[in-house]
Amino acid sequence: MLIVMCLAIPAKVISLKEDKAQVDFGEGVLREVNVTLVNAKVGDYVLVHAGYAIQVVDAKEALETIKLWNEILQVEPEANI
Amino acid sequence: MIEKLRFRDPELAKRVAKKIHTVTPKEGTVKICHVCGTHEWTITHFGLRNLLPLNVEVIAGPGCPVCVTPASEIDEAVQLALKGVVVMCFGDVLRVSGSEMSLLDAKAKGADVRIVYGVSDAVKMAQKEPKKDFVFLAIGFETTAPSTAVEILNKPPNNFSFLVSHRVIPPAMKLLAEMEDLSLNGFIAPGHVSTIIGLEPYEVFPKVYGMPTVVAGFEPIDVLFGVYMILKQLRENKPRLENEYARVVSWEGNMKAQELMQKVFSVADGNWRGLGNIPSSKFMLNREYASYDAHLKHDVNVEHGIDIQHGCKCHLVIIGKIKPTECPLFMKACTPQKPVGACMVSIEGTCRIWAKAT
Repeated sequence: MLIVMCLAIPAKVISLKEDKAQVDFGEGVLREVNVTLVNAKVGDYVLVHAGYAIQVVDAKEALETIKLWNEILQVEPEANI
Repeated sequence: MIEKLRFRDPELAKRVAKKIHTVTPKEGTVKICHVCGTHEWTITHFGLRNLLPLNVEVIAGPGCPVCVTPASEIDEAVQLALKGVVVMCFGDVLRVSGSEMSLLDAKAKGADVRIVYGVSDAVKMAQKEPKKDFVFLAIGFETTAPSTAVEILNKPPNNFSFLVSHRVIPPAMKLLAEMEDLSLNGFIAPGHVSTIIGLEPYEVFPKVYGMPTVVAGFEPIDVLFGVYMILKQLRENKPRLENEYARVVSWEGNMKAQELMQKVFSVADGNWRGLGNIPSSKFMLNREYASYDAHLKHDVNVEHGIDIQHGCKCHLVIIGKIKPTECPLFMKACTPQKPVGACMVSIEGTCRIWAKAT
């Protein structure tokens, strides 16, 4: 589970009904959140803040970020920067 | 897939730290400012400052919404609570001092003050007790304001109104950028505010102020990469806006949230505790939603309050001019158990975070 101790915490969407979703914060902690602000599907990770999902976590972008980190660490020659 | 990512890998952190050293200038100090209490938590909790070169300083700006809420707005909530209105707030607002007392003090005097997790829970409470008047003290930056907007558009019950205290972050960053004696070299922009507002509002910082600006996430590696990206921009002398937190922040932000906020709020000048008046930095309810404005409904309006208690240095801590440990009250007269300044109250306050770490 990707844990971010912060104002907004990622949680997995378990079920959806109108503007509400049941989300899993990991380790079985389920909570109802309002999904008016996002277009979330079951199985998506959403960022939850004060009872509202404020964004869908983009798994592809997350992997891109890791790829970018690895490129910076491995490819860029340190002496020439 | 997401579970397996390496946002907290200590070995990776060490490698990024090493990389940071390679792009740090040999002479002079680099001062980077973040404006989010959660960034401060990550930096302090994971000891990230110890990984940075001695001449790279990361300071905490006014990124704690509870800390910057002026005493006058707490005073209004206290007045309503003492008048018999049920006041609802987020947990870390309870102990923040107004001019004379906090909402917790009002509660001790018998007022009905309730903590809620979010505005939806507040509305539900009001629905269950239709004979009582309820007011929600809506504090928070752009991350929180959309939830207030949604609840207002959903037409809460007649016994419910709001003290809207939401603040807008970029104008406060502008104020810091213009403080010559602060001499900032770069900004780590707040990840979750950016989730809502996107990247565009930060363009002014590299363009007008020549300051590298990187939107970063909240894991240790996110913050370290943010610092690295800023230092690299400085080294190349090409200040620009970069996004390290692309997994939740897009260029345009959450447009649905922006649209709903625009429907409900207008932007006005606002007072920030410790910073004074900042142009275009506060959300106010639009006229058509005036029936939900607790100021009008309950005839309460406090213009000025006592923001900084005697001896408190929150106004300097909040812009990173001094460290919490440089305040004479820190962990002496002012502790998490008995806070004097707002920065010691909220879990996002710099003093509170440092108190926990010491």
